[in-house]
Amino acid sequence: MAIFGTKKEREYKEVIKGKAWVFPDNVDTDAISPGQYLDNLKATLDHTCETIIKEFPSQVSVGDIIVAGRNFGCGSSRETAPNILQEKGVAAIVAESFARIFYRSSFARALPVLEVENISKEFTTGDEIEINIPNAEITNLRTGKKLEGEKIHPILLNLLKNGGLENQLLSELKSQGKK
Amino acid sequence: MSGKTIAEKILAAHSLSKKEISPGDIINAKIDLIMSHIGTAKVALDFRKIKPSKMRKVFDPDKIVVLLDHYSPAPSEKWAAAHDIIRKFVKNHSINSFYDIREGVCHQVLPEKGHVRPGMLVVGGDSHTTTYGAFNAASCGIGNTDLFYAYVKGELWFRVPSTIKFNITSNLQHRVMSKDIIIKMAGDYTAEIATYKSIEFSGKTMEDLSIDSRMTMSNFALELGAKFAFGVPDQKVANWIKNRTSEPFELVKPDPDANYDKTYELDVSDLEPQVSCPHTVDNVKPITEVSGTKINQAFLGSCTNGRFEDLEVAAEILAKNEIHNDVRMIVTPASREIWLEAAKTGVAETLINAGAIITNPNCGACFGAHGGLLGPGEICISSANRNFKGRMGSEAAKIYLGSPATVAVSAIKGELTDPRDF
Ligand code: SF4
Repeated sequence: MAIFGTKKEREYKEVIKGKAWVFPDNVDTDAISPGQYLDNLKATLDHTCETIIKEFPSQVSVGDIIVAGRNFGCGSSRETAPNILQEKGVAAIVAESFARIFYRSSFARALPVLEVENISKEFTTGDEIEINIPNAEITNLRTGKKLEGEKIHPILLNLLKNGGLENQLLSELKSQGKK
Repeated sequence: MSGKTIAEKILAAHSLSKKEISPGDIINAKIDLIMSHIGTAKVALDFRKIKPSKMRKVFDPDKIVVLLDHYSPAPSEKWAAAHDIIRKFVKNHSINSFYDIREGVCHQVLPEKGHVRPGMLVVGGDSHTTTYGAFNAASCGIGNTDLFYAYVKGELWFRVPSTIKFNITSNLQHRVMSKDIIIKMAGDYTAEIATYKSIEFSGKTMEDLSIDSRMTMSNFALELGAKFAFGVPDQKVANWIKNRTSEPFELVKPDPDANYDKTYELDVSDLEPQVSCPHTVDNVKPITEVSGTKINQAFLGSCTNGRFEDLEVAAEILAKNEIHNDVRMIVTPASREIWLEAAKTGVAETLINAGAIITNPNCGACFGAHGGLLGPGEICISSANRNFKGRMGSEAAKIYLGSPATVAVSAIKGELTDPRDF
């Protein structure tokens, strides 16, 4: 059940490479995780983002990277939004800006998200993209263009390395419980 | 050293890291209050992952409020099961501030029951938690994993936001409401003007507004991207809260020399009623540009505009009129207290007489869960806060957002209509 979420641990890698999907400005959480499917993980997986890019849910594959405009993930606080993109295999999101709660929740789930000015104009869907996460460096491997984003704060980078906030908390409690 | 904004003062007072903070810093801060609704079911399941089991404790049961407002009463077996998980969880953890399905929508019930006070740092498993800014609290929404962490640790990381100020002056025209001001702001400044930022509303217009009207603005400010959205910290707020709780509090005011990213001046004397057109909140037009658009449904409710003041305005307008035959008008009071007041004052009777349907206080229609969904091609005027594609059912439906007055008048005419003539 989607409301209960699913957990998929991801190994942290400094450099990742994948196929880009270019999204517009203001992609909202209702588009990513539609309200009417909140109780149905399978349906959410089948319909995520289809109002924006019709073939996205059927054609996205593991390791793909979303490149978006401004205000990505605006709308409700539902964490099924970053979660469902992770479940679909999305390895990272680079956008011109993110809505606040989506940004927080992505780090909580160890989904790397990076803010890069003007990024959406530099990519077409299908381009090969490379990201150096700690350096916040993005390269379009088709055009050779390099861009620099905003560096991730050390506390948040740590969250990515620790596999997210839940993992961090569970291991902390476990070691406290042993004492 | 320059002065501090409200956000900077409250975060500094709660910081577990350094006490001297400035915008952009990331700090750990202790939390005064956690609110969660349906997401509590996920927290309950997360708790089962904690090992050893003796570590399964909430940080402080008296600092947590849980409500059942989403999917209430349960529209399906699945949600009934989720509610059941939540009821057991709050019992097991002695969370006494639990409001079952009878009470109403979180952002109305928390202030009503005196849980929210000036100077508090509040997080909620719901985006519109910004509403409590009207009560001078720093409050924002978080996702489920952050919620789980906060439940156990009572603290979270926060990025200290910079602040933008909206100074609003002049008197509003007849039937123009605070909703029209905030929708206009979304239109003029976009849905991301306040992303990662704190808002401070100020000026004569804000001071004149009722607490109900101010809550609408702090609520809708989330749709402008705001992290916090503070109303004016004045005596009106203090009096309102004193009627709800005997706990002590002090208003937090910004320093006169506080640093703002930007100050926007708004003169609202000529402001027309505004609507957010499909499918984004910042696709805004004055009502005169879209009047005549036929509607199938009129929704008056939600944590944005389901308060007594809103029902009262609608009743005033509907007193001598009937709702158009082709329109279903659904009214959802935001809380039991409001419903009761509407019953006692005759407001409910007027609405029902005019042909409205009044539901129990809940979130159902607002987020497209149940009790008032739209079919393909249908058009709704709604007093809520979101008009995204598919928000209230069909993706092929259209939602316009407007004030309670605009909703009521449009329900009578069967088409989007300027409320100033009523
Ligand atoms: S009334 Fe609507 S916006 Fe408010 S909490 Fe409920 S679902 Fe969210």
